[in-house]
Amino acid sequence: MATTKLRKSKFGALPWIGPAILMIFVMVLWPAIEMIRTSFQNVNSTGKVVGWSGITNYKDLMHNPDLPSIMVRTLLWVVIVTFFTIIISLPAAQILHQKFPGRRLVRYALIVPWAASVVMTSTSWKWILDGYYGILNRILTDLHIISEPVDWLGTPNQAFIWLIVVAVFVSVPFTSYVILAGLTTVPDDILEASSIDGANPWTRYRFIIFPLLRPALLVSAVINLINVFNSFPIIWIMTTGGPGYATDTTTTLAYKISFRDQNIGQSASMATINFGIILIFILIFLKVSKWKEATE
Amino acid sequence: MKLALPTLRKNRVKKKWTGRRVTLTISGWIIGLIFISPYIEMLVTSVKPKREITAIPTAYLPTEWTWHNYIEVWTKIPLLGYIKSSFFIALMATLIVLILAIPAAYYSARNKFRGRTLFLLLVLVTQMFSPTALVIGIFREIVKFHLVDTYLALILVYAAFNMAFSIWILSSFFASIPVEIEEAAWIDGATRMQTLRKIILPLAIPGVVTAFIFTFIAAWNEFVIALTITSSVNHQPLTVGLTSLIGQYQVQWNFLFTGSLIAIVPVVILFAAIEKYLVGGLTAGSVK
Repeated sequence: MATTKLRKSKFGALPWIGPAILMIFVMVLWPAIEMIRTSFQNVNSTGKVVGWSGITNYKDLMHNPDLPSIMVRTLLWVVIVTFFTIIISLPAAQILHQKFPGRRLVRYALIVPWAASVVMTSTSWKWILDGYYGILNRILTDLHIISEPVDWLGTPNQAFIWLIVVAVFVSVPFTSYVILAGLTTVPDDILEASSIDGANPWTRYRFIIFPLLRPALLVSAVINLINVFNSFPIIWIMTTGGPGYATDTTTTLAYKISFRDQNIGQSASMATINFGIILIFILIFLKVSKWKEATE
Repeated sequence: MKLALPTLRKNRVKKKWTGRRVTLTISGWIIGLIFISPYIEMLVTSVKPKREITAIPTAYLPTEWTWHNYIEVWTKIPLLGYIKSSFFIALMATLIVLILAIPAAYYSARNKFRGRTLFLLLVLVTQMFSPTALVIGIFREIVKFHLVDTYLALILVYAAFNMAFSIWILSSFFASIPVEIEEAAWIDGATRMQTLRKIILPLAIPGVVTAFIFTFIAAWNEFVIALTITSSVNHQPLTVGLTSLIGQYQVQWNFLFTGSLIAIVPVVILFAAIEKYLVGGLTAGSVK
């Protein structure tokens, strides 16, 4: 212990952690503050600040006739995608946890959508769903499920459903791997004891495995909520929030208002509200991840 | 006993195809197939000749597999430029992350200093921030710094937003190395920097590799900030460059997907290599 004390520099922690903190402050926290500040400013279309505007940006935003439906859609988007992601990941992880021929290959296959750029995955889906040349129309026509080609991404409800499908598709791999990691913490002897006691597979899952998976499930659920809420490329590539505003979420709306409509102040107010929601999710994450125990 | 052993082994290798095992195998393979299918369609489209891409109805497979597309693509779209941009930006961002994260992770793993909890909280909270949520603030800052349409802007943003993951994962690797190993060297007069470089880093190579690959891929795949900040073709990374092809009058889907696959394949291989360390790093160690 004496040696460690001897070797402590007089600047303490600063030379070691200072540069990293500086980087985070300048490139992460400053933009956050800048964004919140901008939301209370009057910014002209060239990006110049022409004075403070109080809560005018927020008021104008609330008068956007599309906002109520976009907010409802955002809520649906986040809840439905997270729900189905977990519902699909639970059995998927259970299967990948068992031994079967080719398991390694299947695990690698599941990594692909996780590692590949979401932009490129979305592009592929956009092509698959194409109304003229898409393979999905061909498959469904051959199976006599549809009689003529459907413009999947051109009709609001269909488009939204397909965006959800793609969002679940890219979220399942990460979630399955988190649950898989959780499954490896289930002690084998408990499972053996229970099967000797005559527990059938379902009661074993319901009363032994599932309760032990709770931490993994909670953490992956909250991380998914944040990721899905922030999700931009899927919507931007496949529909750009269209037709009209029919598939926008508050995240893509904020982007549209500033970089298409050049209304930076109002966009900053939308983004600030989004940021507030994310902060709430993060607080929940801190609570469920029990991060303090991990740092001890 | 000695005679019984081989038979036992044999039974273990040649598992019987019970109904349960068949179902398990089939469902496993179906899951794998589903998650790989959009990329198979990418591959099929990338080797279709041009006229077959716009044929109605679409053919399942090309009549001739035009692997030539993989040679032609380099002259048809500025793919090499996109790859160079992506590679340079991702590599620089990753190096900055490692240079800053290694000392920070090491110090916080080894010492109980004042503000340690606060520092780790800052790291954890910013790990949950995505550039998407802050894109407007980031853009305004980049304009202020006169860095619009530069590599440097993207390098700084990617380095900052991926710092947290690296600190987190490296810190847990460093903490798992017994301090006694270092203490012997300190008694011999080594400085902390020396023990970090000569003793700790070699032992924590898996952690460093994980941090490297994760940051590199995150930067390689990033889209929103690159879309907002880059405007000229020679500064655009792959994600932005390739998707800009969709906006064109006649979308060259075969070249778009040829380029996409060239971008995806190396990343998937790297990702598979670090898979077993990722979950712990991404869930703040709460799931291992």
